[in-house]
Amino acid sequence: MDHDALIASLQQALPGVAFEAAPSIDRQATVYVDRDAAHQAALALRDHPDLAFAFLAELTAVDFWPREPRFELIYLLVSFAHKRRLRLKVRLNGADPHIATVTDIWPAANWLEREVWDMLGIAFDGHPDPRRLLMPEDWQGYPLRKDYPVQIRKGANSVEPLQVTAEEFRRNVEKDRLSRQ
Amino acid sequence: MGLESEIDIPVLTTSVEKMVQWARRSSIWPVTFGLACCAIEMMAMSCSRYDVARFGAEVFRGSPRQSDLMIIAGRLSRKMAPALRRIYDQMPEPKWVISMGACASIGGVFDNYAIVQGVDQVVPVDVYVPGCPPRPESLIYGIVQLQRKIAQQKLA
Repeated sequence: MDHDALIASLQQALPGVAFEAAPSIDRQATVYVDRDAAHQAALALRDHPDLAFAFLAELTAVDFWPREPRFELIYLLVSFAHKRRLRLKVRLNGADPHIATVTDIWPAANWLEREVWDMLGIAFDGHPDPRRLLMPEDWQGYPLRKDYPVQIRKGANSVEPLQVTAEEFRRNVEKDRLSRQ
Repeated sequence: MGLESEIDIPVLTTSVEKMVQWARRSSIWPVTFGLACCAIEMMAMSCSRYDVARFGAEVFRGSPRQSDLMIIAGRLSRKMAPALRRIYDQMPEPKWVISMGACASIGGVFDNYAIVQGVDQVVPVDVYVPGCPPRPESLIYGIVQLQRKIAQQKLA
């Protein structure tokens, strides 16, 4: 199935959503979809029998600063059933970049969305665990944004903030003690 | 020495301080801890070709509780810094630190937000070994320098 036919079948599966074919130098099927329709489109891409993109291979984003819309979110999808791949892109503006999470559709998106949040500051609404992934938890700013200073002069932390509350810690110690008896 | 010539059994006399310094410097056990490509050179140093066992520092311990030396081999990311400090804190006194290579010493080529620009911000360093990465001979020289330093450390 070639590029146009795939987009036609996408359009057929989701009549209400606007899909826009995007140029791709490697001839991989690439489509843009609107942010508000992205979650619905992702669900259909996974569940529609003609599409069956059951596998989220990668989720990442690119910062095109100072262009607006600034960010492009990229989902690389694989359909094992039909032996094909799709690159789904979503444009996001720089003022308030956020989008619905796809963790409920592909659980693999969990850490990938955390990485994108950590590095580019794109918020994923409804994410079950919206913490930073790579940088320290108390980090300020989003390092992969093009307007982020690469060279930062600041001292290193030699202690990390406590991961549990004092109450949780006491409960864990108590549980540990009981399990040894 | 007067005493040795007075009695027939073969003995040497020395001071407790010299004895302790000799014991400490002759068995500097490093903690098994490598951060990046310098760790490969560190492993080469401990293997038969370079054979740091000649200097008594070949026993890489799996636990910081049994270690005397921490060789910081590689670039230290800001997120790793608390973990490194924790391992250092778990080592018993007396303990020493070698900062191996350009990245550990000053950040090296990684002049960016993610890498600590010199591990002396996190732990006290005794010997800096330059190189990118240092050859095993350089690291052995660093350990010998550390032995010289230990030989001069007073007990009190």
